[in-house]
Amino acid sequence: MSTTLQTFDTAALREDFPILKEKVHGKDLVFLDSAASAQKPRVVIDAMVHVMEAQYANVHRGLHYMSEKTSDAYEAVRDKVAAFINAGSRDEIVFTRNATESINLVAYTWGRSALKPGDVVAVTEMEHHANLVPWQMLRDAHGTELRIIKITDAGEIDWNSLEEVFADGRVKLLAVTQMSNVLGTYTPVERLAKFAHAHGAKILIDGCQAVVHRQIDVRAMDADFFVFSGHKLYGPTGIGALYAKAEILADMPPFLGGGDMIASVSYAKSSWAKPPHRFEAGTPAIIETIGLGAAIDYVSAIGLPAIAAHEQALTEHALAVLPNIEGLRILGTAQDRGGVISFVMKDAHAHDIATLLDRQGIAVRAGHHCAEPLMGRLGVTSTARASFALYTTLEEIDALAKGLERVRKIFA
Amino acid sequence: MSELYERIVLERVKRPRHAGRPAQFDARGQGANRLCGDKVSIYVTRAGMQLHHESEGCAIMVASADLMVDATTGKTAADIHALAQAFAEVVTTGTENPALGELNALAGVFEFPSRIGCATLPWRALEEALQNV
Repeated sequence: MSTTLQTFDTAALREDFPILKEKVHGKDLVFLDSAASAQKPRVVIDAMVHVMEAQYANVHRGLHYMSEKTSDAYEAVRDKVAAFINAGSRDEIVFTRNATESINLVAYTWGRSALKPGDVVAVTEMEHHANLVPWQMLRDAHGTELRIIKITDAGEIDWNSLEEVFADGRVKLLAVTQMSNVLGTYTPVERLAKFAHAHGAKILIDGCQAVVHRQIDVRAMDADFFVFSGHKLYGPTGIGALYAKAEILADMPPFLGGGDMIASVSYAKSSWAKPPHRFEAGTPAIIETIGLGAAIDYVSAIGLPAIAAHEQALTEHALAVLPNIEGLRILGTAQDRGGVISFVMKDAHAHDIATLLDRQGIAVRAGHHCAEPLMGRLGVTSTARASFALYTTLEEIDALAKGLERVRKIFA
Repeated sequence: MSELYERIVLERVKRPRHAGRPAQFDARGQGANRLCGDKVSIYVTRAGMQLHHESEGCAIMVASADLMVDATTGKTAADIHALAQAFAEVVTTGTENPALGELNALAGVFEFPSRIGCATLPWRALEEALQNV
């Protein structure tokens, strides 16, 4: 464990994140809520400030210096995102507000054009509401069916259930998370993609959590759609991405109508721009997109393999230390899991845990984590959740354990 | 905050005085917090305004329900409405109100805006119950 961490200078990296020097209730901030949204390194903050101070105008419009420079910087991020997830082409990257909007875009445009009433969309029991509710809305508006693939008590996909759901050949889309935001489970996306394709279905992968912790290769996993948000990847809020295979995007009708997404407009009829711009109506989140580019550069310079190894060591440490607290139970025991750990404590409600930890400067999430059906499956109404990032230290996990011991004593 | 927890948790959460669903009641009001799954039911028996609560959730909510029953039993609906407003004032400002007695134990909640709703949830359920009486 420690040998891995020696190759990863967490102390130096923490210097890159100004907020980590803040005090909370007079205590050092121990930020263990990065799965909800990660903190931002100085390079991201500076990149965004620089755009506004030195290089700003609207994109794709102006025939003047500032617009051209800004358009170049904006479009360069599309190349960065494409390279980051190993897309085959920059034109397969659509900028959205976040993963939620990406999934809604797919449900609204592809769902209503490629799916027929009676076709089935399958999701798993461990999806975030963002990968459940849009498919319910599609069902209600368009007459598709929604099926739920069960998970095992360990928190892994139940392969028998998967096969049952696909048995009648009506599933046309498998929409699945790559990493549960509650259980930390990684799903076997390459195997799932093979399975979906063998059954005549497409696969949408919600990479919101996974993209932060693992090297993503959309071509190796053979994803038809892959979505993520910038703000969990140390970038700003308000920018996310949708990857879709070029041939799929080509047939998808627009999402929102307006400027920038058209080829030509007349009162009688308008025609649409080619992807990806067809799906980017209106002035985009220029500043945030450039911030995302800086975040990708930052993460890439450290390297996802190094980040993954660091976080694996943190996770192993947490899984070794936290169960020593009397009455604490960690939810999910998946073989392949990452640095997102949900737990409950005997007698102490998750919100009480979070409030008492907050008093000690420790930030964890508590609640249903936008996964209410999963809470029902796990037999709880809410959990507390600690999640790790590249700037998390072993000492912070020890601080969490100490803090939880104090919570236990209050409720003992 | 842990001081607040010690005061209310030890006293009211472990040994609530008014918990449980009475065999007979005249009205029921319910409250739920979507954020954390807290649920509370308040049962009103009209004779002498006897109250009970059935609470499932965090310590602040459960303790608040139990303290509320103490503070409101035997009161008129108008008195209870005034108490609810005074209590909301205490938990949103942190300023104790001598007239509220033990309810002031929850004044510390004001430091945690996201938890104020936990403290006021039983009161909202009670207001609903009173509308049903």
